[in-house]
Amino acid sequence: MQELITRAKELLADGTVSRVLGWKKGDLGWDPEPAYFDKAEELENFIYNPFCGANLSKYLIAAGKLEGTTLVFLKPCDTYSFNQLVKEHRVKKDKTYIIGVGCHGTLDPEKIRNTGVKGIADAVLEGDRVRLNTLYGDKEAAAAEVLLDRCLVCKGKTHVVCDELIGAEPGEEAGPGELAVNRFAQVEELENLPPEERFAFWQEQLSRCIRCNACRNVCPACSCLKCVFDSSQFDSNQKANADTFEEQMFHIIRAFHVAGRCTDCGECSRVCPESIPLHLLNRKFIKDIDTFYGEYQAGADTESKGPLTDFTFEDVEPGIIAERGGGR
Amino acid sequence: MQVENTEFRPKIVAFCCNWCSYAGADLAGSSRLAYPADVKIIRVPCSCRVNPMFILRAFQRGADGVILCGCHPGDCHYTTGNYYARRRMTLLFSMLDYLGVEKGRTRVEWVSAAEGVKFSTTMNEFVAKIHELGKNVRLEDLRCKN
Repeated sequence: MQELITRAKELLADGTVSRVLGWKKGDLGWDPEPAYFDKAEELENFIYNPFCGANLSKYLIAAGKLEGTTLVFLKPCDTYSFNQLVKEHRVKKDKTYIIGVGCHGTLDPEKIRNTGVKGIADAVLEGDRVRLNTLYGDKEAAAAEVLLDRCLVCKGKTHVVCDELIGAEPGEEAGPGELAVNRFAQVEELENLPPEERFAFWQEQLSRCIRCNACRNVCPACSCLKCVFDSSQFDSNQKANADTFEEQMFHIIRAFHVAGRCTDCGECSRVCPESIPLHLLNRKFIKDIDTFYGEYQAGADTESKGPLTDFTFEDVEPGIIAERGGGR
Repeated sequence: MQVENTEFRPKIVAFCCNWCSYAGADLAGSSRLAYPADVKIIRVPCSCRVNPMFILRAFQRGADGVILCGCHPGDCHYTTGNYYARRRMTLLFSMLDYLGVEKGRTRVEWVSAAEGVKFSTTMNEFVAKIHELGKNVRLEDLRCKN
C-alpha cells in the first residue's frame, strides 16, 4: 500500500496526473470508499486492502470530463470493465493513467459477520486463510468462506490494460479462482430445477428488492445518462406504482440491457442491500451467449463486436428454447 | 340479466413487421383464411423494433401469449433487422424460461407477405398452444386487471 501512495505522489508531483482515484479509509475498517485525491497530503487517507472491492472504472466516465489526466488503481477484473467502457467510447484511454494493482481476492463483510466475527478492523489474506484484525482480538477464517462470490470464480490475475503494475506479476496464476471449477455451476443448478421451483426461487429472491437502484448505479456497463427506469413516462419511477414490477420486469430488463456487455464483475450482487444473487441473471445471459454464439468475454479487448450488435446468417432460431428440455 | 362467461379466451399479442408479416396477415384476411380473433396484431416497422420490454409489458398487461412475426432472415426490408431481433429474442426467451415462465407463451415466426396460409396456420397453432397452457398468471400484474 505504501508503494502505491509513494508512486501516486510522484506522479502528482511531476504533473503526469492531476488527480488520483482510489479508495480511502471509511468510517469503519471494513468499509473503504472510492475517493478522489487532488493533493499529495490527502493521500494519507488512501487505503488498499482486501475490502476494497469497489470497481473504480465507472467513475472514469465522470473523471474523463475533467481537466487533465486521472490516475486510477484497477484490480485485474476491473480492467475488463475499463476496456468495455473504452470500446463503447465512454472513457478515453489517454485521459487515464492506470496502475494495475495486485489482488488476492476481495472479502465480503457480510459473510465474515455471518461466521460470528464482529468489529472487523482490517484483514490480511494469506493463501487460503484470512487473518482478521478485530476490536476483540485476532481471528481467522477460511478464505473460501468469506471471499466475495465473484472471487470464487476469479477471472485471473492478468490486467488486460494498464500503464504499470504494482504488487502484481505479469502472468500470475489465478489464486482463489482455483477454488471453483465452473462459474456456471449455480446457473446450471437452477436450470435443472422444474419450472415451478425456478419460478418460486426467483419470486422469493426478487420480491425482496427495494428498488434502491444500487445495482444499476454501480454497474460499469450500465452507464446511460438517461435511464429507461428514470423516465417520467414509465410508471415504475414512483415506488407506489411499482408493485410486482421488481419481480417481473426490472431485473430482467436491467440484466438484458447489459447482456453481451457484462464482464461478470459481480458488483451488482456485492452492493445489493438485500443480498439478491443478481449476478446469476447476468451469468445466465453470458452462458447463453457462450452456448449459442461462441465464447465471449466482454472487455477482453477493445475492438471486437459485442454478441448483440453482431449476427451470423446461421444463428439459431429462438424456437430452440421451446424445443430443448429443462431450463437449459 | 348478465350472462357469466366462463370460457377462457386467451389474449394474444402478435407483433408483425410492416413489410412482410403485416402484409401476410392482410393476405390471410383477403384470402378468407380463418384465424382466431383472440390474436391482436400490433404493427411495428421491423421485427427488431420490438424491445424486450414490449413483450414483458404485454404480459404484465394481461396477454397470455406473445408472438413476434418478421420477414424471413435475409429478406428484411432494412437488410439486417431481423438478424438482430433473432439474437435478442433467443436470449430473452431463454431468460423467461430461466425465471420459470412457461416456454410456450413466446414464439418467433418468420412470415413473408406471400404467406397468408402460414400466417393463419401459425396463429391457429399458437392459440391452441395457449389454450393448452391456460391463463398467464406468472407474469401478470394484478393492478392491470379490469
